[in-house]
Amino acid sequence: MRILGNLTWDAVPWNQPIPLVAGAAVIVIVLCVIAWVILTGRLPYLWREWITSVDHKRIGVMYVLLGLVMAFRGFIDAIMMRSQQALAFHAPGYLPPEHYDQIFSAHGTIMIFFAAMPLVIGLMNFAVPLQLGVRDVAFPTWNSTSFWLTATGALLVNISLVIGEFARTGWLPYPPLSEFTYLPGVGVDYYLWALLISGVGTLMTGINFVTTILKIRAPGMSYLRMPMFCWTALASNLLIIAAFPILTATLVMLALDRYLGFHFFTNEAGGNMMMFINLIWLWGHPEVYILVLPAFGIFSEVISTFSGKPLFNYRSMVWATLGICLISFTVWLHHFFTMGAGPDVNALFGIASALIAIPTGVKIYNWMFTMYGGRIRFATPMLWSLGFIITFVIGGMTGVLLATVPADFLLHNSMFLVAHFHNVIVGAVLYACFAGVIYWFPKAFGFRLDEGWGKAAFWLTFIGFWVVFVPLYAAGLLGMTRRLQHYDMALWYPWMLIAALGIVIMGCAAFCQVAQLVVSIRRRSELRDEMGDPWDGRSLEWVTASPPPAFNFAVLPNVRGEEPYWEIKQRAIESQHLPAEPSYEPIEMPRNSPTGFITAFFATITGFALIWHIWWLVGVGLAAAYAVFVWFAWRDVEEYRIPVEEVARIDRARRQARMEWLARQARPGEPA
Amino acid sequence: MSTAETFAPVREIDPYKLGRRRLAPSEAEIAAKGRGEGGPASKWVVVGYGFWLFLLSDVIMFSAFFAAHAVLQTATAGGPTGRELFDLHSVAVQTGVLLASSFTCGLAAVATDARSQIGTQLALLITGLLGLAFLLLEAKDFATMVAAGAGPQRSAFLSSTFTLVGCHGLHVSAGLLWLGTMMAQVFVKGFRPNILRRLLCFNLFWHMLDIIWVALFTVVYLVGVLR
Amino acid sequence: MTFQSDERNLDDVGPGFMDYPARSVWQGIRSYFIGLALAVLLTVFSFYLLGTHWIWDPALPAALAALAIAQIGVHLVFFLHITTAPDNTNTVLALGFAVLIVALIIVGSLWIMYHLNQNMLPMDQMLQMQP
Repeated sequence: MRILGNLTWDAVPWNQPIPLVAGAAVIVIVLCVIAWVILTGRLPYLWREWITSVDHKRIGVMYVLLGLVMAFRGFIDAIMMRSQQALAFHAPGYLPPEHYDQIFSAHGTIMIFFAAMPLVIGLMNFAVPLQLGVRDVAFPTWNSTSFWLTATGALLVNISLVIGEFARTGWLPYPPLSEFTYLPGVGVDYYLWALLISGVGTLMTGINFVTTILKIRAPGMSYLRMPMFCWTALASNLLIIAAFPILTATLVMLALDRYLGFHFFTNEAGGNMMMFINLIWLWGHPEVYILVLPAFGIFSEVISTFSGKPLFNYRSMVWATLGICLISFTVWLHHFFTMGAGPDVNALFGIASALIAIPTGVKIYNWMFTMYGGRIRFATPMLWSLGFIITFVIGGMTGVLLATVPADFLLHNSMFLVAHFHNVIVGAVLYACFAGVIYWFPKAFGFRLDEGWGKAAFWLTFIGFWVVFVPLYAAGLLGMTRRLQHYDMALWYPWMLIAALGIVIMGCAAFCQVAQLVVSIRRRSELRDEMGDPWDGRSLEWVTASPPPAFNFAVLPNVRGEEPYWEIKQRAIESQHLPAEPSYEPIEMPRNSPTGFITAFFATITGFALIWHIWWLVGVGLAAAYAVFVWFAWRDVEEYRIPVEEVARIDRARRQARMEWLARQARPGEPA
Repeated sequence: MSTAETFAPVREIDPYKLGRRRLAPSEAEIAAKGRGEGGPASKWVVVGYGFWLFLLSDVIMFSAFFAAHAVLQTATAGGPTGRELFDLHSVAVQTGVLLASSFTCGLAAVATDARSQIGTQLALLITGLLGLAFLLLEAKDFATMVAAGAGPQRSAFLSSTFTLVGCHGLHVSAGLLWLGTMMAQVFVKGFRPNILRRLLCFNLFWHMLDIIWVALFTVVYLVGVLR
Repeated sequence: MTFQSDERNLDDVGPGFMDYPARSVWQGIRSYFIGLALAVLLTVFSFYLLGTHWIWDPALPAALAALAIAQIGVHLVFFLHITTAPDNTNTVLALGFAVLIVALIIVGSLWIMYHLNQNMLPMDQMLQMQP
């Protein structure tokens, strides 16, 4: 048994310039960042305040950061795909097929698992406990572990760029291509272990948030007084608990086929490949609803805040959310209508797929009625919301078209499908993440983001998106299938050129996003959020200072109705003074812990060892992870205490800022 | 933070017993911590509920394996079928052993209630030994099947059988590892609140394993012999 | 004030509670004895049914499934103490949700795979059909 398993120097892509240069560049950047952190003495701070933090706010920020960085990597994959397809008419393009296959597989995998999921989960992490009026989630250390395990998955996928290769199967590894017989390399193994490890983290997040939302809320906050974002977070996390175990089971079956020669999905010995497709889409469809439901929740918050009105028909929104949650588990066959299930089965799932548009439509109407009669402020988050309504409704309509089985027989796996799912995911999830990040950024960091660059980013994204994807719809209707490395149809060529132009526009948009961040950090003293409520918010997170203290609320608020903060604010403005100072008590908060980070470290080692068949290292990694767990379970002191003077000092500072703001409100004509 | 627990006074009338008049539901609901509007629930409930959700997610994972097995149960590829392979006597003994271990686990819970160190350790030890016996019987069955050329690589039916039963066995093994750790923790630290919460979680886990086994022996072995 | 207290309120109970300090040891053990007895009965009956012709053969899998479900119910009630009391609502709802998902997965997969297999045989059987 060789000591390094299958790992040799040949694993590095010496003879492929693109991944070699890209990998080298990333390694250099990462090393520079690490060097800067260590040499400027920031490492202890980073370790103490961020890496070992179990504070949901910090974890949320780290998730969002991970999501944004990985979205950037996935976007570069997209640029490569669009440029390849713009060049590859009667030509080979610049990406060889084996490489192109890895790019579209990596693009899908990264965007779904390591960009969209972390962004959505990060925003839920940050906002849900604040909105519920409590101090943290149910299981703070599990929360930290979830984040670091997700980061492990992202790390493994990125390592595949420089050591070995990535899967060449597309973002879902359909057998028999993904079986060992046809893809014996490490690519599919990287995929499998990255997803299995980060899947554990995601499942833990699901359990964490359902428990938090159902069992840990401020006094007086009954179910129907929760903000809409918390309802959608609940529905999404219920789906995580229901769906991710299926993903785990299915990928384990594929791993058993590849590693131990089992026959779940093989060509011979009775394997059934369609079983994989059935099971993976049982997970895959709820997955997109896991992404989109919190996006809907973000839009509910943003639209009601920036229209200055409460959300229209809150109860029907709740019912629509739960309805979507349930129906999303009854439509999965629409991803494989063409694979021979027959008319009866196809009809049932086609009807269910069309039905799910109804609660979605209810939500859209409610948002529009929320805006109607309101005083709309066109801040950047509101622009993203308006862009979402237009983009998502069109994308949804193409979805209902695809749900019509005879139409799907022509359009399955064409560019029309690609355009549809990008239409809904980008239109809903990506726009919501941008809106949410801008909306909650001042709460997290104490200063707003620059409006000018933000609006530029929005318009370029919005326009660029349509310039990319309308041609893809057209190409799909003209018969172009997805994932083509080259093609000879002159009919498709102009559309590919226009799409390439569109990706350039979106590239400019990405630049504007980065500029927005850099400029805002430079100008942060001007953009400071002094009081904690920069948008005239309606829910409880805007009670706190920006950024909130570790304990969120000095005293848990007593909730008396929907939109509790709005009531408090109106009463304060009318009576011209704040509610009486509460009686402070010392607060106990969960201790920081390196458990999450260390567990993920050993998970990375175990995953890498499994991929390269370094069996002794697998044993070491698993044993070490177990040892960390036992060590963590043995600690005696789980919480630290914040003395009452400290609590009082922090809260009085918050009240002081609010009193000054209130005084400014009383003098009309002066800038707020 | 005090490590002593405080209990609300015990109710004399059980309002949920059939035939008894219920307490005014609105008051109870409003006062209920973690359910209605009573504020955050206690750690006991939070941990118990969270673990319950984890167990349900595990059940869903098992159901994916069950679904695969149900589909592949007849995919024997000319190889041995369940009727030829399964030793129902051994399965019956395994069922009895696991059921007994579930019972002794319940006894351990009662002993913990009574804060009896000896009782808890003894009951947990017997649970562990019964669980170990279950695993050894199962391993023997597997070894016999592999020796007869009916290993998991022979056919899809055998792959799914080994995976499903093996996944349950892995959970039992993890449970035994956890059991050992719990016994050590109870011995060293006594009945602190966090130890009690972990014992509750272990309790739920061990009973759920038996529930999965009921489904497993019915679907894999009993129905498997019929097909 | 900690954000999650260690205090236990008898009105608010989680799943599988091990909570009653005022209960006698026998009262605690009672439910486990009943559960064990019922479970043994159901198990023995399941194994026994296999050897006899009491139930029409094609219906045997369904009968076994019903017995298994009954035994799972016994476990849930007597070992895990799941009740229909209001304090158990969340627990029962979660269980109901999981049962629904499991039913969708198993019934859905069986239905779909049956149809798929009818219209396209698994690969190895197709390879056997080649001339």
